Amino acid sequence: MTRTRRPVVAGWFTDDSEEENFRLLGTRCAACASVFFPREDSWCRNPGCPGGGELVETPLSRRGRVWSFTDGRYRPPAPYVSDPNAPWEPYTLVAVELEAEAMVVLGQAAPGVRTADLAIGMEVEVVPGVLNEDDAHIWTTWHWRPAPVHARVREERS
Amino acid sequence: MNDIAVLGAGMHPWGKWGRSFVEYGTAAARAALADAGLSWRDVGSVVGADTVRCGYPGYVAGATFAQALGWQGARVTSVYAACASGAQAVGAARAQILAGLADVVLVVGADSAPKGFFAPAGGERPDDPDWLRFRVLGATNPAYFALYARRRMALHGDTVDDFAQVKVKNAAAGALNPLARYRTAVSAEEVAASAVVADPLRLLDICATSDGGAALVLSSMEFARRHGHPDPVRIRAVSTVTPTYPKAVLDLPDIATDSAVAASPAPHGFRASIARAAYEEAGLGPEDLSLAEVYDLSTALELEWYEDIGLCGAGEGAKLVREGVTALGGRVPVNTSGGLASFGEAVPAQAIAQLCELTWQLRGTAGSRQVPGARAGITANQGLFGHGSAVVAVR
Repeated sequence: MTRTRRPVVAGWFTDDSEEENFRLLGTRCAACASVFFPREDSWCRNPGCPGGGELVETPLSRRGRVWSFTDGRYRPPAPYVSDPNAPWEPYTLVAVELEAEAMVVLGQAAPGVRTADLAIGMEVEVVPGVLNEDDAHIWTTWHWRPAPVHARVREERS
Repeated sequence: MNDIAVLGAGMHPWGKWGRSFVEYGTAAARAALADAGLSWRDVGSVVGADTVRCGYPGYVAGATFAQALGWQGARVTSVYAACASGAQAVGAARAQILAGLADVVLVVGADSAPKGFFAPAGGERPDDPDWLRFRVLGATNPAYFALYARRRMALHGDTVDDFAQVKVKNAAAGALNPLARYRTAVSAEEVAASAVVADPLRLLDICATSDGGAALVLSSMEFARRHGHPDPVRIRAVSTVTPTYPKAVLDLPDIATDSAVAASPAPHGFRASIARAAYEEAGLGPEDLSLAEVYDLSTALELEWYEDIGLCGAGEGAKLVREGVTALGGRVPVNTSGGLASFGEAVPAQAIAQLCELTWQLRGTAGSRQVPGARAGITANQGLFGHGSAVVAVR
């Protein structure tokens, strides 16, 4: 049986793109430049905004620095999906500061990244990931993982 | 002066009793009325702090308690503000008293909490931020507390032992409180030996979920004087502020902070603004406090509140607990009741329970946990979705 890949929430990240092009998608107010993630498509929420601006979809920075991190040693309640018959595998959560957007975005770390692998201030990058799978779907999400040094060097040169 | 009087305070003991929240709230209300020397028929208005239960009763707490006590025609209000529900109930009661709409108002909050992690209501609800953080991230409340704790360790050099000392302190106070759920001393070794829930926080760093109820009988100062309360405990300020944009600190149940691209964050964070609003309204400051009751949802979070209510500068919270400043017998005892560490969370009752403790302390009737000569206290807490509250009471 073929299962369909579907984002866990539509419109929050580039779907089915290669790792290097994968981005979180927010919106930016054309009037005041405020960025929103998760995306805000109705009205700009900056009370100081002059108003009248459109909210335009904008990809967020691929890389940021760890603001804080933790893990979940106990199974979270629904609507988190996990197999109650399988032993619980802790996930790692990372809060990441994005410099250009001047905001902090939370996400799960890529599989295999443990809290011992992280430090506050460390550079991380966003990558596509799988949240869970069921009979019909592979539910996709975003993950943070430590940015490889060679990627940083490449970025600095470009 | 916009003071109102606290004529009565009452609680149902906290624990896991397995009964309806209505029973706890009604018991607390009756205790508060007896404490005030008033009958239910003297009450002109009842304000209920809502609990979230599928089906109506929890959402219509004011009328639910009024029915349980026996319909008598009182004005009714029900308020929901997550953990700040109790303080918003007090705020609504105060507004009615100051507006002359009611002389005597009964405020009640009670809950029978589910075991384990709090979770959002069921169903497929991707427009609900609280539902989303569980579905997309599995981010429980302790996960957020752990993010703050880890950040403190990196920024201020706090250690897990500093966090454990908060539990040791609050458990020692809770051991003296007959209404608390946990009434035994806890050692730092016991905290360190408990299971990690969300790194770096352990089970004994995080408050439990509990059943419990708390109630207050509030009145105008004029009513208090006419009815034999010449010098009651007074509520001088009720802060129920929201954050200011951009809120730059990640907070329950957010997946991201506001962007600070177009506007600079306020110099003080949201939690600090909650206390500042209360101090401003009360015309006093942290230096005037005899004690404080703050939301120790986690041990590390209590240290943050020390800074946010102005007991010390940023990053100095751990120093206060190390030096015993905030323990019973210290300069400014914090969570003399034992705090959530000893009570657990019964969400709509918590902020009311904080005020019950201030009332008993300011009356000088707190028994073996009494702060000598207590004259002024503050409560501070925070609810999901940008609800903040703090109450200042004086004698």
